[in-house]
Amino acid sequence: MNKLMTTAIAGVAFGLTAFTANAATLDDVKAKGFVQCGISQGLPGFSNPDSDGNWVGLDVDVCRAVAAAIFGDSEAVKYTPLSSKERFTALQSGEVDVLSRNTTWTMTRDANLGLNFAGVNYYDGQGFMVRKSLGVASTLELSGAAVCTQTGTTTELNIADYFLENGMEYEVVAFEKAAEVVAAYDAGRCDVYSTDASGLYANRLRLTNPDEHMVLPEIISKEPLGPVVRQGDDQWFNIVRWSLNAMINAEEMGITSANIDSKMGGKNPGVQRFLGETGTFGEMIGVPSDWAVNIVKQVGNYGESFDKHVGPDTPLAIARGVNALWSKGGILYAAPIR
Amino acid sequence: MSSPQNSFSLRKIVYDPKIRGLFFQTILFALLLYFFYSIITNTVENLQSRGIPIGFGFLDNASGFPVSFKLISYITSDSNAKLILVGLLNTLFVAVLGIITATILGLIFGVMRLSKNSIISAIATVYIEVLRNIPLLVQILLLYYGVLKTLPLAKDSLSFLGIFFANIKGISVPTISFGSAETPFIISIIVALIIMVALRLWSRKRQEKTGQQFPATKIGFAILIGLPLLILIASGWPVEVSIPELGRFSLKGGMTISPEFIALYLALSIYTSAFIAETVRAGIMSVSHGQTEASDSLGLPRNKTLNLIIIPQALRVIIPPLTSQYLNLTKNSSLAVAIGYTDLFASAGGVLNITGQALELIAITMTFYLLFSLLTSMFMNWYNSRIKLVER
Repeated sequence: MNKLMTTAIAGVAFGLTAFTANAATLDDVKAKGFVQCGISQGLPGFSNPDSDGNWVGLDVDVCRAVAAAIFGDSEAVKYTPLSSKERFTALQSGEVDVLSRNTTWTMTRDANLGLNFAGVNYYDGQGFMVRKSLGVASTLELSGAAVCTQTGTTTELNIADYFLENGMEYEVVAFEKAAEVVAAYDAGRCDVYSTDASGLYANRLRLTNPDEHMVLPEIISKEPLGPVVRQGDDQWFNIVRWSLNAMINAEEMGITSANIDSKMGGKNPGVQRFLGETGTFGEMIGVPSDWAVNIVKQVGNYGESFDKHVGPDTPLAIARGVNALWSKGGILYAAPIR
Repeated sequence: MSSPQNSFSLRKIVYDPKIRGLFFQTILFALLLYFFYSIITNTVENLQSRGIPIGFGFLDNASGFPVSFKLISYITSDSNAKLILVGLLNTLFVAVLGIITATILGLIFGVMRLSKNSIISAIATVYIEVLRNIPLLVQILLLYYGVLKTLPLAKDSLSFLGIFFANIKGISVPTISFGSAETPFIISIIVALIIMVALRLWSRKRQEKTGQQFPATKIGFAILIGLPLLILIASGWPVEVSIPELGRFSLKGGMTISPEFIALYLALSIYTSAFIAETVRAGIMSVSHGQTEASDSLGLPRNKTLNLIIIPQALRVIIPPLTSQYLNLTKNSSLAVAIGYTDLFASAGGVLNITGQALELIAITMTFYLLFSLLTSMFMNWYNSRIKLVER
């Protein structure tokens, strides 16, 4: 009886203290000394371990930029690989501070999950990959095909809409992990593999014979991918949003990790503001004044990050396309720092 | 009040173990209530403060998810609730089929292991020891990827008699449809089954009374085949057979059983059958050898000794652990998520990812598994109490 009572009392105490408020993420992050970042379980180019076991990629660079802005050290990040199913719960429960995991910005997710999207770091769209030997030239010829995809993603919903819209039949085989989807497609369980086009290019590298497969030209959806934070902590939201904006603005101003030192003490007022030489922009979001300098020095601008991880010279060989700057024919556009 | 008699009775109340027990039980109960109350209110408050909506309203929204393997008609514009129902039925389907197969296999291998023939008992020993000592998830993945990779692509399907096909997308079998006579056909089968049972009961009663035997089983099967056949002939033979044919991507027509289902069903059945085999062996060994000898000396043949003497007694030992195996199989079916079979867990997970209503969906999933497990265990307890030794 005594033991039971103690258990009950301890339980009550736990019930009262659990779920404490999480308003000041920045304070928590500063106290523990690193940013806990939710990433994918392995998507080449976006978040994937390199040969030394370090996480690298476009999504990883967002986490590194945030850490660089806060601590002046882009390595002050710890990563939590998450499945598509776990990711939102992990963020909601405070297990990660920011989720940078090729996550599509949709209205439901923005409005209904208690989360906020801090921006877009890659404009994607859903595509289809097939075996060249099938002789399929267009998505519209896919009636009756079996489609492999990842469960619980917008991909799965888009396929349903697209095939219904075009009056085509299909069989969907949905797996929990991307690696399982690729394995099943590679084995021939499915005729078609569908996910975001970036994912198709990335995962094609994992197939037994990448050259036997082709990505169909149609893109059937808008998939703006970006970092996500918990709703209700505007300061933290601003830090993540402006860390990403700083990378994009740096590219627009021609500031790279190589030339940033030579830009110091220049006369361009925009660059002066960016470098923290004038104004109090760092202070406004609660980070040191040289926040943007640290981001560009340690992580690089958006273009550098893109070229390094997914660009034409990487195995993924993705063209800039819509992800080029607005001034260069793309739609990448960041609000100005002023 | 001040009389010694009264103060004595007050002391008596304080020291009465019954009343004291009741007092502490009440306190404990109140604390427990408060514990759950505070957990629930805390969760609700915190979810609200984080802007996460609570409630089951999302169940009515359209799911948008396609499901390939389903037992009821379901389209993507149906509600989330229906998607979960589709998953629930898929879980029940694979669990019930798995339980039946595992029981049959377990019985066979359990008896085989006791065989005096050393080859047979060695085969059973290897089967049991290998299968029950490899984790189930590994077995599922081995069956799925192992079998999947070895099967040919759709255009080079393995064919059997030209009507059954096996390829990487599953096993295709022909289907028979009865057009206009479908409903009467199903009704006739049900009627025939009822007649079969009634005939059996009647013949047993008559045998007990008069000793006359009646070939109830043979006649029963004749009715089961004859009655539906008669219905079909009477309605002008509207039978259509659909044989699978090669389409552009896969076989069309007939019915295709997906490799996800096959892998899960086989892995669950085989894995659980190894445990059941051991339970069966334990049950049979618990029946004293004297029973067999007594039966032999009465001149009963071997199969009757097994069916009438050994198994009924062994069942009393077998049923309780068998129940846990059934429950395990049902719960293990949630591993389906690894190979893309849309079971209860997978469908609820899909809804979770879109709506983000984690607590509600986990609660729903838990409730259904609990409900199904409790029902199984209730049925098995009822069966156990029916067959247990009646003491006079």
